[in-house]
Amino acid sequence: MDDQSRGVATHCPYCALQCGMTVHIGPKPEIAPRPFPTSGGGLCRKGWTAAELLTSPNRLTTPLMRENGALRPVGWDDALDFVASRIAEIQATHGKDAVAVFGGGGLTNEKAYALGKFARVALGTSQIDYNGRFCMSSAAGAGIKAFGLDRGLPFPVTDLADADTIMLVGANVAETMPPFVQHVRGAAQRGGLIVIDPRRTATAELATLHLQPAPGTDLALAIGLLHLAVVDGFLDQPYVAERTTGFDAVWRIVAAWWPERVERVTGVSVADQRACVRMLAAARSAFLLTGRGTEQHADGTATVSAWINLCLALGMPGRMGAGYGCLTGQGNGQGGREHGQKADQLPGYRKIDDPAARAAVAAVWGIDAAELPGPGRSAYELLDALGTPEGSRALLVFGSNVAVSAPRAGHVVDRLAALDLLVVADIVLSETAALADVVLPVTQWAEEDGTMTNLEGRILLRRKALPPRVGVRGDLEVLRGLATRLGQPAERFPIEPEQVFAEIGRASAGAPADYSGIDYDRLRAGDALHWPVPGRESIGTPRMFLDRFAHSDGLARFVPVDFQGPAEQPDAEYPLYATTGRILAHYQSGAQTRLIPELAAAAPEGFVEVHPDTAARMGLADGDLAEVVSRRGTVLARVHCVTSLRHDLVFLPFHFPGDQRANLITNPALDPTSRMPEFKTCAVRLIPARVSADLASSVTSQMKVTGTVDTDR
Amino acid sequence: MNPHRVVVVGYGMAAARFAEQVRARDPHGDRISLTVLGAERRPAYNRILLSNAISGRLPLDTVLLHRPGWGQQHAVDVRTGVSVLRIDRAGRQVLLDEHSVLEFDTLVLAIGSQPFLPPVDGLRAPDGSLARGVRTFRTLDDCQRIIESAASGTPVAVLGGGLLGLETARGLASRGNRVTVVHAVNRLMDRQLDQPAGAMLAEVLSDHGLTLRLDQLAVRYRPGVGLELADGELVPAGLVVVTTGVRSRTGLARRAGLAVRHGIIVDDELRTSDPNIRAIGDCAEHNGVTTGLVDPAWAQAEVLADLITDAGPTARYRDTPTVTRLKARDVELVALGDTQVAVDASDAEVLCLHDPSGGRYGKLVVRDDRVAGAILIGLPDAGATISQFYDRSLPVPADRLALLLGRVLPELPSRADPGGLPDDEVVCRCNTVTKRQLVDAWRGHDPSLSGLVTATRATTGCNGCRSAVHRIAEWLSGGPVAGPVAPATREGQERSDPVPTPMPNPTPNPMSTAILHPVAD
Repeated sequence: MDDQSRGVATHCPYCALQCGMTVHIGPKPEIAPRPFPTSGGGLCRKGWTAAELLTSPNRLTTPLMRENGALRPVGWDDALDFVASRIAEIQATHGKDAVAVFGGGGLTNEKAYALGKFARVALGTSQIDYNGRFCMSSAAGAGIKAFGLDRGLPFPVTDLADADTIMLVGANVAETMPPFVQHVRGAAQRGGLIVIDPRRTATAELATLHLQPAPGTDLALAIGLLHLAVVDGFLDQPYVAERTTGFDAVWRIVAAWWPERVERVTGVSVADQRACVRMLAAARSAFLLTGRGTEQHADGTATVSAWINLCLALGMPGRMGAGYGCLTGQGNGQGGREHGQKADQLPGYRKIDDPAARAAVAAVWGIDAAELPGPGRSAYELLDALGTPEGSRALLVFGSNVAVSAPRAGHVVDRLAALDLLVVADIVLSETAALADVVLPVTQWAEEDGTMTNLEGRILLRRKALPPRVGVRGDLEVLRGLATRLGQPAERFPIEPEQVFAEIGRASAGAPADYSGIDYDRLRAGDALHWPVPGRESIGTPRMFLDRFAHSDGLARFVPVDFQGPAEQPDAEYPLYATTGRILAHYQSGAQTRLIPELAAAAPEGFVEVHPDTAARMGLADGDLAEVVSRRGTVLARVHCVTSLRHDLVFLPFHFPGDQRANLITNPALDPTSRMPEFKTCAVRLIPARVSADLASSVTSQMKVTGTVDTDR
Repeated sequence: MNPHRVVVVGYGMAAARFAEQVRARDPHGDRISLTVLGAERRPAYNRILLSNAISGRLPLDTVLLHRPGWGQQHAVDVRTGVSVLRIDRAGRQVLLDEHSVLEFDTLVLAIGSQPFLPPVDGLRAPDGSLARGVRTFRTLDDCQRIIESAASGTPVAVLGGGLLGLETARGLASRGNRVTVVHAVNRLMDRQLDQPAGAMLAEVLSDHGLTLRLDQLAVRYRPGVGLELADGELVPAGLVVVTTGVRSRTGLARRAGLAVRHGIIVDDELRTSDPNIRAIGDCAEHNGVTTGLVDPAWAQAEVLADLITDAGPTARYRDTPTVTRLKARDVELVALGDTQVAVDASDAEVLCLHDPSGGRYGKLVVRDDRVAGAILIGLPDAGATISQFYDRSLPVPADRLALLLGRVLPELPSRADPGGLPDDEVVCRCNTVTKRQLVDAWRGHDPSLSGLVTATRATTGCNGCRSAVHRIAEWLSGGPVAGPVAPATREGQERSDPVPTPMPNPTPNPMSTAILHPVAD
């Protein structure tokens, strides 16, 4: 077993890079970096400070129930009895779908799997989705269309080291997964790093070539680059003929996007377009990687399809030393989308409307396939319907903070308030938990075993390093507690992660994301296993598609897509574009990182980046308090003047709570394929704040837990 | 209910876009039955790409907008090689050349424009057709014939130094032809450019191998020999390509009694003087303007599709701002708005930058805090950015010069000497370590490189800042400091050559530093 003096080898609790680290146990657990291919022995500031949350005074240690408007501590049995009886009542009156489940991309594979099984089997509801819908779903949708299968990076991240050209599209890795920067440094040194981002980000500053398309016009740019690739003679005709289908239909659309037209729409000069295509096409080894910046749009799936079309035209995917990949964001964004938290999927990346998939999973679960519900609503649609006659009346949230992270967050909070029952399982009193009827304190990273699937599709074991805080329970135990109270046999919901993982292997055997050849022993031994791993003798699949793509004919598909423009354009009333994103010091909704003093001190309050000219026109200066107003809401933010910003664009980080939630203004216009909301573009105006406020202290006053929690609902 | 019968005369870029947009709104033809009549014997094609085709970069069939059979797949009755003889407005029918008639509820005229031929002797044959060795450049057939006639090395005269003439000349030159451009005015693209810009463009194009004859009238074409100019010079030319502008096709409309000036007059709903007849594209005149450009034609097609399908009954066509882009490789030229404004004009701010040896010219005209006009040669970023400000009528930046130069250029502190770094400069981004923190750690902690790393965690993320941290340590110690910064074992780090610091490193700017530094300082 693990040598306590050397600490426990594990991985970081945050992003999908899953940097290697060692947790040293003591009165105050400490972190040290550990060699691992994705992180190269590096850690960012979030990783270094991750252990502080283990001993945080803000940790929840007892279930809470709302009584006379305030959350008060109760015992576990009382909490679970109450939740189960309310679920039973609500379902008896309003049907199975009256209870909905919302999961998260930070949950381990075991938890994500158990949550999906709990929803379909114990609750019998079709209404389950997760926050990954807000992250990687557009890239996943486009990847499946093009290749027949979606795995974030279909190659190990270390393949990037020798690339001549790497193009990062809407990915600000220097802030969002800092140690990743080492993988693109080789290309940068060889003069081959291209960054596409409307903002001059920290990542863009590393680039050889930085293209700044107008917000919401990435799709036009991608189409235009394909046009240029063809016109400038870079089409890889043998590859297109042998390994793809559908080029001709795409060309009919792309032909109408000559570079000067693309320049007019995107603001990217023809010279830069041409340089970009040449750098990609002339490289011996070239990769194109997309991030949320290009994916989180109402045309996000089409946009990723257009980037993949460009890669296919240049013969990149399915070749050694080249390819397309999506940079997964959330810690288990990859695994979280494979094991059945998604409204339309069953474990192993199986489709819930596929009879063979239903039969296979039902057999593992010991039920009749006919009992399995069908597809349910996607994340935003599920939230939007809550408390309405058509929607669910109860919601169980695991590992997500929708009150901060969902688009049009003010409206989502209204929907949560209309519920008959809101149950939140979390480690701290997140903004969503503060609205709940029942809060269930659960274990976190380092207090439990579990597997994660990182951005390259490699399955990792995150080990238990210390006993959980007294009073908390594992999510698996919580799910079993509820399931048994709802009449399920206890053995159907095991609580040992290793046992659950073995069941994932059975449930995913033969499926696209096949984990059947993996077990904890292989992971403990350090095997580098990238799915599919279809048997014990399999060494996994570090590089996919080298021989064939996953469509039945083995060919990749060009997908015809055209550009329409963002759902909401600036106008006289709302003259600026707003975009949202992350900053280095915080993670996602900030529920964890805002509680870590060093990180909170580094980025204590919500802010809005704005060009000084634009600020001056609005009567604002650096450091002033501003209101950012859209058709959906208003955000309070500190003005940060940034001279490199476009004059028509403001940027807000989405990590802050209350009045500082960037998602109060975002647009829930949904992508037709992925149901991804348009997080990255909306129309706003900027005005001086009409109130004075202490932003930083209103951030820290959230989530302080004492014996009784008085939160108004 | 019977579908509304729409007949489109013409099958060019406007008509094709209109048909697509109608079918996007009414996919199966439940509301609109659509017939498209094209005079050429092939599907619609993308005229914009013809200059690529002429330079030999694109096979001709790649310019087709629709594959043969597109009509059947989209419930559109597409008839090619069909001309309309006459419009019978009272009977709401069109007469086709094979003496059949076609009834309509709405007629859409998208018949485009035709090349204008200047009165130069010898361009026409006695029967009125083009003389041997003379070509206009409008259709795919024209393109094909030009390619056939212009064997490599053949001397070619391009008559007309406007946008199309110059694009054609560049295309032919890149095929290996000797090309002379003859232009009647004393500067190229005289409608878009001012005198210095015209001169600059002439210089750049001459450098690229074009011969230019400006301020010269052609008086006669002698087949197989060349073009005689007014001053007596004979420009050798086995082929003359005439690119002296286009005129809207209006004959059909005129004969039908529709109101016509330069083009067929339409209102904001693209309606002609007959409410059952609409017109879009090059043949239409809106607010006194016929544009001859594809952007307005497509905008009109979309508005009309909205109106005719009732998908957007309030849609109206408004004038679209015009941005002229020369589509020629290696010559970056943008012209927009009001460019013929003197530098000392009293009613506008005019910025002008003239760099003859660099082949760069920038002129920016600002009125009421908005871009009123601009010419940009050799300044691609400025062209792209200023177009965006112009198109959306955005207030221009306070720093006009920065706009004219094209990129926002942050001031760069000196990187060579750590002493020149500002105290709050972030040296290690992964762990947000500033220079001040490193200095404090050195002074208050352990004055060594490893001490800096331990105290601040600098270099422990992506390790990109190691040489910067090393330099700061040396600066602090006043001498060499031992050791690479490698806090943790690093897999896959066989590349251990020195790594440049991840510091602001702006993309190469076409402007010379000599111009920039006085601004930054």
